[in-house]
Amino acid sequence: MARIDLVDLAHSYSGNAAAAESFALKPVTMTWRQGGAYALLGPSGCGKTTLLNLISGIVTPSRGKILFDGVDITPLSTQKRNIAQVFQFPVIYDTMTVGQNLAFPLKNRGVPRAEIDRRVAEIAQLLDLTPFLARKALRLTADAKQKISLGRGLVRSDVAAILFDEPLTVIDPELKWQLRSKLKALHRALDLTMIYVTHDQTEALTFADTVVVMHDGRVVQSGTPAELFDKPAHTFVGYFIGSPGMNIVPAEVSGREARIDGHTIALNRSYDRLPPGAKIEIGVRPEFVDVAPPAPGLLAADIERIDDLGRVRFARVRIGDARFSAKVPPGFSAPGNAAGLVFDPSHVHVYADSLLVEGTA
Amino acid sequence: MDKTVNQKAWFLVLPVFLVVAFSAILPLMTVVNYSMQDTFGNNQFFWNGVGWFKELLDPSTDLGERFFASLWRNLFFSAVILAIEVPLGIVVALSMPRQGWSVAACLVILALPLLIPWNVVGTIWQIFGRPDIGLLGYALNNIGINYNYVSNEFDAWATVIVMDVWHWTSLVALLCYAGLKSIPEAYYQAAQIDGASRWAVFTAIQLPKMNRVLLIAVLLRFMDSFMIYTEPFVVTGGGPGNSTTFISIELVKIALGQFDLGKAAALSLVYNLIIIIVCWIFYTVMTNAGAERRPDKGVA
Repeated sequence: MARIDLVDLAHSYSGNAAAAESFALKPVTMTWRQGGAYALLGPSGCGKTTLLNLISGIVTPSRGKILFDGVDITPLSTQKRNIAQVFQFPVIYDTMTVGQNLAFPLKNRGVPRAEIDRRVAEIAQLLDLTPFLARKALRLTADAKQKISLGRGLVRSDVAAILFDEPLTVIDPELKWQLRSKLKALHRALDLTMIYVTHDQTEALTFADTVVVMHDGRVVQSGTPAELFDKPAHTFVGYFIGSPGMNIVPAEVSGREARIDGHTIALNRSYDRLPPGAKIEIGVRPEFVDVAPPAPGLLAADIERIDDLGRVRFARVRIGDARFSAKVPPGFSAPGNAAGLVFDPSHVHVYADSLLVEGTA
Repeated sequence: MDKTVNQKAWFLVLPVFLVVAFSAILPLMTVVNYSMQDTFGNNQFFWNGVGWFKELLDPSTDLGERFFASLWRNLFFSAVILAIEVPLGIVVALSMPRQGWSVAACLVILALPLLIPWNVVGTIWQIFGRPDIGLLGYALNNIGINYNYVSNEFDAWATVIVMDVWHWTSLVALLCYAGLKSIPEAYYQAAQIDGASRWAVFTAIQLPKMNRVLLIAVLLRFMDSFMIYTEPFVVTGGGPGNSTTFISIELVKIALGQFDLGKAAALSLVYNLIIIIVCWIFYTVMTNAGAERRPDKGVA
């Protein structure tokens, strides 16, 4: 169990001399508290697995340090780091039974027999693997194998953190839910630091207290699921999280007003000091834009289609060349394709060069 | 569903049938025919029933004695070369590089002995081992080891075995290397995290993942060594005495040396049968091992 500090950590697979822009992981400094559930979320190739492998010690960083409880463990090998990792595909030892698989990490560390038996029984109980202890692990299903991989991490009482590298990839959809709630329950029961890599926002948002969103080798935002939803710090977070993603359109912003397509939208805060020359955009989630019958004073739009998601309906609309998603209120019926958009000013954010700008009240 | 009945389709199979009949079935039937008869000159045949087989399988007769002696020699030879080539092949595969230009270099060097024709290998070692002009024989005798594969049984065996190891260990190594390369990196990473020693990685991951290719390697090497003819024939000619006379060499002696076609035919049929039975056992073991690997659905 440990607090994890990343200090100016960066990595390039082509060595330290490579151009900073080509780094698989650009310098990052952050602290992960002991007992937290973290998710590293981002599309393929964003550097999340690199970051995970740096923490587990499979990859040695080109730059920077990793501290576990304040102790620099950067030069230590994977064995000495006391971490456990669950991989994308279940790793089990073919010739061993489930029990022997679970005992393997302890046996390698020379733990006494009685202690091994006690821990294995305890962990098997926790993971509902007790009935299978004497079975050959090879013959179990993918989700049971994945539980064994996890169990091999959990049997070690000294484990500092458990790392998950897209562990549900090969699991059937209906079992994904079960396994994910199992992980959540284990996290609550065992007070372990868990770091979970995924490109699936549902997995990340349901599993983690803190979601770290990565994009192009950079950490773009780290926060609770609610923060990511309400106040995306980067346009990437805006459209990557949420379904449909955030609307981001170029706009002219001055003071408390934003102008799109010649139409003015009121803003809740004042933006007087925007960086000159920056690309200015406004972002608003579809949940906070309503379509309404066209009326003077509303931003005019053409409805392209309406998607019914069951609980809510979203309209795909066009404003000039820009595409937009907006909520369709219950009872709305359009006379034609023309509609007006009603914005909730408290949820309209301003971005300069893709980064969130905090306005002044 | 309407199926057009077209008997002419049989004509498409006819060429294959004829080729197989002429190249395999008729010659085999000829051998069966010979094994049941005694021949004299002028193409005179006399029915002998299972007489040759009885004689062959009775160690108290001359034919039986020679058959069993060469059979044990052959089995011993196969056991020895398997005991050397399989572990050695695994060690070679484990110590091969995993990436970079050296992989290609290693593969080419390993493949070289496999590309040399059998009788060339025999000739190489025949000359290599000669005490008068061979590098190996000359060197050994000069450092005080009295080595002579022509007169000494042990030296003859050692030469034949080392020659086979030299020729075929590469095959086992290449197969094992292919098996090793197919193990996903995550297994090694997981083992590292689990604190496994090098030996534990070998026994818990590498060996189990290699067992399929190892079975194939053992099968191929057993078959080949059980049928070995050319190399020992070129090097030792089956000598000194009969000490390196394997079944195939014995067979040629009986068939072409003594022209006892009946005895030779009976021997070759039994020889063939042994090989087919061993093949079948291996095949069954391998397919059963394969069936065990499929996870049964609905468990856990």
